[in-house]
Amino acid sequence: MLSRVVEMIYWTARYLERTENLARLINVNSNLLLDLPKSIAPGWEPLINITGTRESYLEQHDDFNERTVLAYLVNQNNSPSSLAKALSGARESARTIRDVIPRESWEQINALYLYAKDNSNKVFVKSQRFEYLNNIILRCQTLNGLFAGTMNQDEGYSFLLIGRNLERADMTTRIIDVRSADLLADENQSLQPFDLIQWMSVLKSLSAYQMYRRSMQVKINRSAVLKFLFQSEVFPRAPYHCIAKVEFSTMDLPNNEAPLRLIGRVKRDLIDTDVGNLEQEALHEYIDQLQLSFINIGDAFSEQYFLSGNMQHQQQADS
Amino acid sequence: MTIEWKNYQAEKFYDELMIASNKARPCGKKLAKYLASLSNSDLETYRIATELSIKEIGVSFTVYNQEEGSIDRSWPLDIFPRIMTKTEWQKIEAGLKQRVQALNLFIADLYGEQRILKDGIVPKEVFKNSKNFREQCIGVKPPLGIWAHICGSDLVRDKDGVMYVLEDNLRVPSGVSYMLENRLVMKRVFPELFEDYSILPVDDYPSKLFDMLASISPRPADYPEVVVLTPGIYNSAYFEHAYLAQQMGCELVEGRDLVVHDDDCVYMRTMRGLKRVDVIYRRIDDLFLDPEVFNKESTLGVPGLMRAWRKNNVALANAPGAGVADDKVVYAFVPKIIQYYLGEEISLPNVKTYICMYEEDRKYVLANLDKLVVKPANESGGYGMLVGPSSTKKQQKQFAELIKSNPGNYIAQPTLSLSTVPTLVKNKVEPRHVDMRPFILSSDRVEVTTGGLTRVALVKNSLVVNSSQGGGSKDTWIVDEEA
Repeated sequence: MLSRVVEMIYWTARYLERTENLARLINVNSNLLLDLPKSIAPGWEPLINITGTRESYLEQHDDFNERTVLAYLVNQNNSPSSLAKALSGARESARTIRDVIPRESWEQINALYLYAKDNSNKVFVKSQRFEYLNNIILRCQTLNGLFAGTMNQDEGYSFLLIGRNLERADMTTRIIDVRSADLLADENQSLQPFDLIQWMSVLKSLSAYQMYRRSMQVKINRSAVLKFLFQSEVFPRAPYHCIAKVEFSTMDLPNNEAPLRLIGRVKRDLIDTDVGNLEQEALHEYIDQLQLSFINIGDAFSEQYFLSGNMQHQQQADS
Repeated sequence: MTIEWKNYQAEKFYDELMIASNKARPCGKKLAKYLASLSNSDLETYRIATELSIKEIGVSFTVYNQEEGSIDRSWPLDIFPRIMTKTEWQKIEAGLKQRVQALNLFIADLYGEQRILKDGIVPKEVFKNSKNFREQCIGVKPPLGIWAHICGSDLVRDKDGVMYVLEDNLRVPSGVSYMLENRLVMKRVFPELFEDYSILPVDDYPSKLFDMLASISPRPADYPEVVVLTPGIYNSAYFEHAYLAQQMGCELVEGRDLVVHDDDCVYMRTMRGLKRVDVIYRRIDDLFLDPEVFNKESTLGVPGLMRAWRKNNVALANAPGAGVADDKVVYAFVPKIIQYYLGEEISLPNVKTYICMYEEDRKYVLANLDKLVVKPANESGGYGMLVGPSSTKKQQKQFAELIKSNPGNYIAQPTLSLSTVPTLVKNKVEPRHVDMRPFILSSDRVEVTTGGLTRVALVKNSLVVNSSQGGGSKDTWIVDEEA
């Protein structure tokens, strides 16, 4: 399979996963704000932090009111990680490989892009927001199903899974990072009664609440939630699970020694770290390190298999 | 009943379906009757179903727009087919084969011994200014001696009912995917229509295309690696490139996917490393193919590609330089070219053409600018033309100057009245002008698509069928009356 094609499959998967996670985030934040008293509600600022776009956001805006943040996250094309940006990235990548991916999946991506664009006003109306975002999530899920059910499960499919799981691992750590920082940074006792709600919202933004209940059978507390969210072998959005999936998909690829070594290290690190007992500061540093290691894994794939990595090699050899 | 044939204006031009207002041609009787039996709401239902089907299938041509990135627009398909008998088609098919065979011999001769120039059949001056003659191709002998592997010839029918060849496209002719998709859509939407007729299928084109491409591989013993080379997603025909690659099961590559190594062979970069490529169906113009030889700025092409091709390490379809024979001045010589190489009379006629480099022709052209269509030799897509009957005195004067200063670059033809086909216009049937583009594949044998792409000018009285200027298309039926 062409290097450019596997690269584009990888990015299509990453952008679609990013889309789904952004929609989840906004949805859960909306719900959370309805449950919390105004005085302690974290507002919309954390979402800007989660997407790692604080600096570019502050260049354009000086407050974090709902409408501004939503506009930035949903349809601002000049934001580096908005829904609109992720979807046009998915669509453009998919367009260059429409001869490889199943026809229906291209049509679905196209339809999803058009739906999100044509209906983006709904996100500003509280009563329509859930429907809009949920539709996006459902369409992303449909696409995952379409790929699973109709695409040849060859090397291309391996890169689809790799892209999806790397993006998912990354997004999960971002959500935990920002959400838990809010929770613990404030020593204010008045927060306590709502602590539970906030940890529930962390779980819910990852669709993890029900699965946590089934799997952990303990009451919701910081340590158990962190342990579950980072290290669960069975929960599909837990970084440990995601990286294990990446490893599994990499097994069948040729010349996989370098990426596999890196993945193995990250996986060991994930399971060995006593994440539930990390102090807030340490947790934040740990998450930073994890995100760096995900980037390194991505780079290892690029170097070994992708056209962009391939061309870089050649340029270095030429000069 | 909504379609009333008695109100249909069939007599003004040659109509492909109707002889007179209420009288269909023999092969179209059942079609006309069926269409007349449809109610207004039937028609509306079918039209909407067709549009939806096209959108779903994703048949689109791209219009690039900076603000919004790229936009796909659906290409309108008119639901009334164009119909032609197998008997008539077979004559046309034979004529096309003869024509393309002669053109291939002609191109090979031009880049070889140039006998036809030495024998004075075609004057040397024709090539002095030819934009599409490529010196870099002189002396090259591509496999089987074929240069134009895929040819799209545009046919039009004049008032007299005769089919003429209007032009040949020997570089990167496009449109075949629309022909294939149109049939797919029509079968989905209109299955009842197909019951009354024995319509010859068109869907074997991708496999014939693949067989043709495989047959020109420089390594015939192995299973050849065939790829489709596209300029990328912003090209207006990208849909077609992707479609054909998908249908043939080939890789769709961009220039940056390919690399020519020190051994002068072409490789594609795969995730497993480099893989040798044998045949490239290129959908990039000559001048962008290889920055080492042609346009140095080109990032679409592959450095070293011409080297590899000249050493016969890779086959290119169409061969670089093949476009020399779709020059409008060369067109005028096609009857002589056929006579010269095949010793036969031309069987599918050319449109009468005045060659301005000849004094007698030039005089006639200058005196009749208001009646003629004047075309420059090397433009395509209708650019730089003068359409006499609809031109102003000022424009005619401008063209008179142009012709006098560079007579070798101009030809002129009488204005044709293209034939019409009944077309659905706001739930009414009206005649609209059409042309037809069959595709001819040449390698060890010559094959022609069954029928071709019928393009229709959707604007009343317009003769412009181009998709970018209000054109649409129709399914083209070649019907076997005996079956």
